[in-house]
Amino acid sequence: MAHEDSELLPGETPVRFLDQDGRALDETRYPMPPLSELQAAYRALVVARRINEQCSALVRQGRLAVYPSSHGQEACEVAAALPLAERDWLFPTYRDAVAVIGRGVPPAEAMVLLQGDWHSGYDPREHGVAPQATPLATQLLHAAGFAHAAKLRGEDTVVVAMCGDGATSEGDFHEALNLAAVFGLAVVFLVQNNGFAISVPLSRQTAAASLAHKAIGYGMPGVRVDGNDAAALLAVMHAAVDRARAGGGPTLVEAHTYRIQAHTNADDDTRYRDRAEVQEWVARDPLIRLRSYLRVCDALSAAAEDEITAEAEAVAAELRDALQAEHVPDPEDLFRHVYAERTPRLEEQWAMLADELARDAESEHAESEHAEHEEAR
Amino acid sequence: MTLTHEAPATTAATVESLTLAGAVNHALADALAADPSVVVFGEDVGVLGGVFRVTDGLAARFGEARVFDTPLAESGIVGAAVGMAMNGMRPVVELQFDAFAYPAFEQVVSHVAKMGNRTRGALRMSMVIRIPYGGGIGGVEHHCDSSEAYYAHTPGLTVIAPSTPQDAYSMLRAAIESPDPVVFLEHKKLYWAKGPVDSVRRVGLGRAVVAREGTDATLVAYGASVLTALEAAEVAAAEGRSLQVVDIRSLAPLDDATIEAAVRSTGRAVVIAEAPGSVSVAAELAARIGERCFEYLEAPVRRVTGFDVPFAPPKLERYYLPDVDRILDAVDSLNWDDR
Repeated sequence: MAHEDSELLPGETPVRFLDQDGRALDETRYPMPPLSELQAAYRALVVARRINEQCSALVRQGRLAVYPSSHGQEACEVAAALPLAERDWLFPTYRDAVAVIGRGVPPAEAMVLLQGDWHSGYDPREHGVAPQATPLATQLLHAAGFAHAAKLRGEDTVVVAMCGDGATSEGDFHEALNLAAVFGLAVVFLVQNNGFAISVPLSRQTAAASLAHKAIGYGMPGVRVDGNDAAALLAVMHAAVDRARAGGGPTLVEAHTYRIQAHTNADDDTRYRDRAEVQEWVARDPLIRLRSYLRVCDALSAAAEDEITAEAEAVAAELRDALQAEHVPDPEDLFRHVYAERTPRLEEQWAMLADELARDAESEHAESEHAEHEEAR
Repeated sequence: MTLTHEAPATTAATVESLTLAGAVNHALADALAADPSVVVFGEDVGVLGGVFRVTDGLAARFGEARVFDTPLAESGIVGAAVGMAMNGMRPVVELQFDAFAYPAFEQVVSHVAKMGNRTRGALRMSMVIRIPYGGGIGGVEHHCDSSEAYYAHTPGLTVIAPSTPQDAYSMLRAAIESPDPVVFLEHKKLYWAKGPVDSVRRVGLGRAVVAREGTDATLVAYGASVLTALEAAEVAAAEGRSLQVVDIRSLAPLDDATIEAAVRSTGRAVVIAEAPGSVSVAAELAARIGERCFEYLEAPVRRVTGFDVPFAPPKLERYYLPDVDRILDAVDSLNWDDR
């Protein structure tokens, strides 16, 4: 496929509909999404923020082992999931639990990985969501292969593949974009450029003018968008998804956003960035921006806000309930899914562990009987 | 040289004499014809038919949608195969040479091997990764590695290394039909060796086979080393010693029962492989035989393997590779005087 360079290069400024205070700007490159969609997006944003806050709290309470928060990046999370049809697929990273839940995965199932019960807690086929990928950029290739299979069968499935700015330095990022472009696959690559790969700033990832500029090297369009402007993100993602569905091939979308929290609870971000910089981005909060706009448009009543808050609280309660319950994972699960059928070797090893467990249980039982006996004396 | 574990074939219409490369080609063609979800891709596998001509004619017969060249990107090939398997296809990918497969290592170890486990069986990686491997062909650096231990060490993978055209055909068909991912290692030195192939014959994965009966000691081998072991057994027979040869074929899982029964029957074992011996498949075999057959053994299990050095350059490989003499020296050291 031959393209004019000008069609593939990103614009000089990111696509942006709303300024920091929620005032509409004169953006002509894309149509403004309808108010009804912005209302839905706002609802999703509030729920997303509440999930992030709740999960961070659950880490402090020791209920989650770790939580990489998308606080501040919720507009990207919402815009990744909302434009997809039910038959489409999302390929998320470890920081995208909110987008995973946005596709309909029950919050408790989305947290199974981070609470340490199993490596993934939902059925990917039921929701059209791949397991959250931890090794960077590896899932972008899965997304390309998934879309390739759909294309071979003549299906119009679209795949959204998510990654961060750090992942764009990985070899798999290059291989995935190249494959998707060469085969004209229906993949939208959404890069959340949040400024940091743990502590390493974007300047150490690339010398390119922007990450979206990389697209032209693969022969696909690159788009820069304000990652804290849900309206702009939805407009750009809809266009990219529509293009992919119509057979137009992949698009690279770079969303400029910011990771408000540290990388995870285990990280200390005071060692590598100024509080003033964080505060600047707090002021660009995606929720406040869309809320202001909807209020000015008279599209967000106090009653609606109450309803949205209640919905967000219900999701938070669901998360708390799920994680307060004591989970006792079954050790036999270790052997159940390695192969479709257990090998004789795995049968032997499970038999050994089962025997250990049985003996432990026996000696515990004997100990407690002994203690009771002592007490009786 | 005719290579087969079976009795001479009958004149059945399903039997033909094929090279190992031809047998793999035949298996791919039959799988493509039998199942529309099978796709074959990799570097140079399309128009060219593969650098070893293993995919010769497949693109022309089945179309470029099902047999196609990819960009030159091994991680990309395997990563895309993962996505295809997630979406109902059965990809059979070729990584052109053993050492050129290494860029795909993360995809193989972190996703191919683990996706089924991660998703509690919801997303089984039904796919085959074909890798031409091994030395003895005068290849330069990066073309002769025996990389099987990396894969055999990884839980979730099935690793197959056939030594006859029949096993190559039957085990590749079984690999493509398997719900689990299979690393299918094709020894380059065996590619042009001919043998009878019966396309109706089924050989399951995970089973070893006694390639030659014998009573005095057991040679345990796989891939091209099976040939060397058979040659050694022939020489030994002329010298009055009866050596049994076991072709383990399946490096993961290992067929403990067959290996155990064979070694117990002779009481002596030599494990042969061309990979460096330290922390290798040969090491695992020796350890298992020691654990399972100790009271039957007349002598310690010996290993004849490649040295613990990078694979030799063409003019030195004959010093590196296990040969008949080295195997017979090891057999000679198995405490015969104590009997």
